[in-house]
Amino acid sequence: MARVSLTIDGNRLEVDAGATILQAAKGAGIEIPHLCYLESLPPSSACRLCVVEVEGARNLVASCSYPVVTDMVVRTNTERVAKARRLALELLLSDHPFDCMTCEKSGACDLERYAYELGVSTTRFQGEKHAYPIDETNPFFVRDYNKCILCGRCVTACNEVQFVEAIDLTHRGFNTRVAAPFDRPLQESTCIFCGQCVAVCPVGALTEKLRRFKGREWELRKVATVCPYCGVGCNIELSVKDDRIIKVTSPATGVVNEGRLCVKGKFGFDYVNSPDRLTTPLIREGGKDGRFREASWEEALDVVASRLRQIKEESGPDSLAVTTSAKCTNEENYLLQKFARAVLGTNNVDHCARLCHASTVTGLGMAFGSAAMTNSIGEIRYADCIFIIGSNTSENHPVIALEVKEAVRRGGAKLIVADPRKIEMVEFADLWLRQKPGTDVALINGMVNVIISENLYDAEFVQRRTEGFEQLKEGIKDYHPSYVAQITGVPADDLCKAARTYARSPRASILYAMGITQHVAGTDNVLALANLALLTGNLGKESSGVNPLRGQNNVQGACDMGALPNFLPGYQLVVDKDVRGRFEEAWQTPLPDQPGLTLMEMMHEAEAGEIKGMYIMGEDPVLSHPNSARVVKGLKNLDFLVVQDIFLSETAKLADVVLPGVSFAEKDGTFTNTERRIQRVRKAIEPIGESRADWLIISELASKLGHPMRYEGPEVIMDEIASLTPIYGGVHYDRLNGRGLQWPCRDRQDLGTRYLHKDQFPRGLGKFHPIGYQEPSELPDDEYPFILSTGRVLFHWHGGTISRRSTGLTGIYPEAKVEINPQDAEVLRCSDGDLVQVVSRRGKVIAKAMVTDRSPQGVVFMTFHFREAAANLLTVDTLDPVAKIPEFKICSVQINKCS
Amino acid sequence: MAENVDLSILAQILEKYESQSGNLIAILQEAQEAYGYLPGEVLTHIRRETKIPLSRIYGVVTFYAQFYLTPRGRNTVRVCRGTACHVRGAKSVLRTVEHFLGITEGETTADYEFTLETVACLGACAMGPVVVMNGRYFGKMTAAGVETVLTAL
Ligand code: SF4
Ligand code: SF4
Ligand code: SF4
Ligand code: FES
Repeated sequence: MARVSLTIDGNRLEVDAGATILQAAKGAGIEIPHLCYLESLPPSSACRLCVVEVEGARNLVASCSYPVVTDMVVRTNTERVAKARRLALELLLSDHPFDCMTCEKSGACDLERYAYELGVSTTRFQGEKHAYPIDETNPFFVRDYNKCILCGRCVTACNEVQFVEAIDLTHRGFNTRVAAPFDRPLQESTCIFCGQCVAVCPVGALTEKLRRFKGREWELRKVATVCPYCGVGCNIELSVKDDRIIKVTSPATGVVNEGRLCVKGKFGFDYVNSPDRLTTPLIREGGKDGRFREASWEEALDVVASRLRQIKEESGPDSLAVTTSAKCTNEENYLLQKFARAVLGTNNVDHCARLCHASTVTGLGMAFGSAAMTNSIGEIRYADCIFIIGSNTSENHPVIALEVKEAVRRGGAKLIVADPRKIEMVEFADLWLRQKPGTDVALINGMVNVIISENLYDAEFVQRRTEGFEQLKEGIKDYHPSYVAQITGVPADDLCKAARTYARSPRASILYAMGITQHVAGTDNVLALANLALLTGNLGKESSGVNPLRGQNNVQGACDMGALPNFLPGYQLVVDKDVRGRFEEAWQTPLPDQPGLTLMEMMHEAEAGEIKGMYIMGEDPVLSHPNSARVVKGLKNLDFLVVQDIFLSETAKLADVVLPGVSFAEKDGTFTNTERRIQRVRKAIEPIGESRADWLIISELASKLGHPMRYEGPEVIMDEIASLTPIYGGVHYDRLNGRGLQWPCRDRQDLGTRYLHKDQFPRGLGKFHPIGYQEPSELPDDEYPFILSTGRVLFHWHGGTISRRSTGLTGIYPEAKVEINPQDAEVLRCSDGDLVQVVSRRGKVIAKAMVTDRSPQGVVFMTFHFREAAANLLTVDTLDPVAKIPEFKICSVQINKCS
Repeated sequence: MAENVDLSILAQILEKYESQSGNLIAILQEAQEAYGYLPGEVLTHIRRETKIPLSRIYGVVTFYAQFYLTPRGRNTVRVCRGTACHVRGAKSVLRTVEHFLGITEGETTADYEFTLETVACLGACAMGPVVVMNGRYFGKMTAAGVETVLTAL
């Protein structure tokens, strides 16, 4: 890049051409006051506070937008400059409430700061002042535009960073103001309450509700950690006062999200300090129908230890089962699977990944030899083509959706969205394929067929890096576009267009999630996608790949840690004698050698009486598993159930002993996000009540069962993990500050891996699998004429245990809704807001109808966030034969309007 | 607001301008001409077709004095509030008009006969207080005089 030299305040310096004066000065350590300019946003040049003198220029110039020129001479602190700045401030203050003593922004307000620095305490201008009503109508933040200085940062952030465009500068002259359309409240606009506007506002015009009167800026302690909600793993900072989280912010330097958040990460944290938190262990008295009473840790752990020991002795170790938690840390998942294997002696250990990406683990395992996002989140914006299938990205992985929008809006990437629902990403798409639910294999095979028959595949890559091409060719030859159109409902032309666009793009990236995996054909779906990427050489390079978007904050980590019945940590096979030998030596005990039961099998075996005792940590199967009635039956049939959680979940209500664990804010550890990045989680507040860090509970229990686990802290546990898990071999806490590490990271010298499969696949060659289309397990018929699909919405999380205890999230989305297509609604004679009963062969629930063309005709959609209208009473528990993942996405239901 | 807006006229306008975002002002002008003002539904439809965010459309509409978001009366009455008019009693003229029409500035009568506006300065200070009715200037207005003019309309 060309360089330019100039002089600022007598210092000679050289900067990149194209820099502004403000940037150049900053690089030289000279700070220029600025109110409207923000480093990450394009300048709006509205405030004139950043003016400087440029030799030869008649007027002062705004340094935030004025580019440097060779040999320019700049003065930033002359009397003339100071005067102009004071004038600019006085003008702003003439229409600003002098409210600093109660303003939440005080201490972090730029206007206050510069007024102080430039000594402006009064204003000579006594003009008309605004008296806008303060908008407190949304549950997340207060909008007081009397304090607004019209810098425009919020508008830029909303438009250019979050791509929402909910607000703009409106009206003119004295009445100019930031507003949503028709000056209506934000909740009536397209606003998604990401809080980006709040984050960039330099003054107190936009402030978080939860922090009100809870602490002044200078009293807050900041703790850098990771968002506890989704697998994106956004970097956040908790502001803490008196053992309470007051607000959440995100540093612009955060490696994963660059300061961007979604509503859950920004505003959904108050569940941590919820009055509903479990604060002491509970023991059920008087048999299965008895009541809970509070107990000491000593007593509760003794009961758990003795009951587990008793069941093990009487019925053998395999009558016990353990589920770990994708919400807990890596260290805790590691310890709990170790507890299952080394202390209880069973491989019956699994967790909720079985319900979301088990088919990814099996499918990508078969095709490549390892299952995780092949590429990094930050690479998405440089892709030439992005193919989203079965992922409602903007609601479920909001910050990843921003990367896709970046790619489309700034990088000119072509976006192909395949989804039966008209999800928000469709608005950004070049091509939308609305396939019928459950016909993904046919759709993808169709694309493969077109690519092969039009010779668009990467023959060199296929030849050098793959095997099984001939079988694939044979296997997909029937899937010509017209045949596929019959199955999927996608016009042949669109299919061809999609295939060509994907194949011709130099870097094409596939993003998928539960719309692919949660099917009886889940593994097939994943294999079909792997075929597509292998065929076009879109693997082993930047901004391409096959990218399963993982749901939970640490579901990737829980899998990595071996919380799976067939794998020890690092996907090392339980049945491999050498592998077992290493773990037996390290853990100093013989280990069971046969794979254990998967999550759904555990529940079914509990029902059958084969599993007698269960240890559930941080999971709520009653709400999150399909066919809940059967789950409850199974759990009730157990001799002993212990649940470790932070709330009395629906599952905990069935337990014999409840152990209070802690939230992410009360412990140290690591989470591994969807792009394989291991990041530090840091303790910000003390455990609530008597609750204890989950890793502590597990180690104490292990010690009671005669297998002492004495760890000084999570850091030491990670050292043990590193010593036994080759892909985590170089992961140590001292290396995790800042950017974290992406596995594989084999030793201390290894900087981690941004994208996988560069020179070869873990299994050697990538393998094609010819896959045939098969119908979903339950199809609509006369009695149950609708397809029910389930999923999440932006504002809630899974069973709702935590998100429904966030005042903001519940405030904006308080109850369950059933999405119904307008044509269907007409036939059913129901309109928006009517109560409808949704009935399947397994159960029925009542919820409010939401009439929208988002759902196609014949398909209704529900979330599983609400226990009063638990969608999983309806879903089927038919399993994918390989991955044992249930078909959450399709079952058939009838809809009746309630009278 | 139960607006019943016939969007087919708008569809023609949008077609003429090929729903291009660069033509927003022209589209808004023609739409206003067709509908008399810019109903919310019209703006929402423009958003749908042009993909211009509604917030930006709203920003543009409220920036230009020529656009109206509420229906206009058949007659427009403008009372000047410029300094010269003010000192000569524009205030009592305005009050009289408000009283006579039963609306305040910025409003339209329920029968859509009158819309009342005030303006900063019409540049006819010598004639102040000035009232403009449907483009016609009436100078040296008094409370009594303005009533006569209004009744005549
Ligand atoms: S919260 Fe987000 S979407 Fe809403 S106005 Fe602010 S930046 Fe825009
Ligand atoms: S609300 Fe804040 S960020 Fe937005 S224009 Fe006003 S001062 Fe700037
Ligand atoms: S995108 Fe995911 S990780 Fe980021 S703030 Fe939202 S929920 Fe948290
Ligand atoms: S910072 Fe340059 S004009 Fe505001």
